[in-house]
Amino acid sequence: MMSATPDELKERIEAGIPGARAQVSGDGHHFEAVVTAPAFAGLSRIAQHRLVYDVFGDELGDRIHALSIKTTATERRA
Amino acid sequence: MNEQPSNPTRDEESSSPMRDAIEGAIRENQVILFMKGTPEQPACGFSARTVAVLGALNAPFTAVDVLPDPRIRQELSTLSGWPTIPQLFIEGELVGGCDIVTEMYESGELQAALGVEPASGDQLLAEPEVTPTAPLTIQNRL
Repeated sequence: MMSATPDELKERIEAGIPGARAQVSGDGHHFEAVVTAPAFAGLSRIAQHRLVYDVFGDELGDRIHALSIKTTATERRA
Repeated sequence: MNEQPSNPTRDEESSSPMRDAIEGAIRENQVILFMKGTPEQPACGFSARTVAVLGALNAPFTAVDVLPDPRIRQELSTLSGWPTIPQLFIEGELVGGCDIVTEMYESGELQAALGVEPASGDQLLAEPEVTPTAPLTIQNRL
């Protein structure tokens, strides 16, 4: 099993959450993701973080040992 | 920083004495933290940081160590729909893990949710232990 990379996590977050932009850093085991997405607007932090966790499902704690998340809602543009 | 993921199970239907005990503990304790290790000896940096935040606010809380029995984590995550440890509940509601608790502390929302005074002088979270004067209850009956 290939170890996870920040680039992989970034791509998967951006693919999994519509309109998301992610910055991910990490060492292959512990990662930090800063994610902005219009989908976060109006959601609680809990719900925002769940959207990110849901991208990875059971890989959390296994392949992705620890994932730190910071989320911000992107302003919707008219 | 964030928390070590646990392994959530998905069988939402079944009930168990363990899950009932967890539900009861969440219901009966105004502020309860499920963590790895104890407030005096956290076994994980994310749990330590969360304890430090609560300690900085002198907020009384109940702590449950999830490590002695892996089923605690499984049942808790099934119940809360949250995959990682620690998990902080206030008045029966999941507030979040280390990331969210820290963000809410920095914004002052945590102080409001806990009904405590904002920490004076913006004291930072340098010390990873609870202030000895904090009225702390450890209740690990699960």
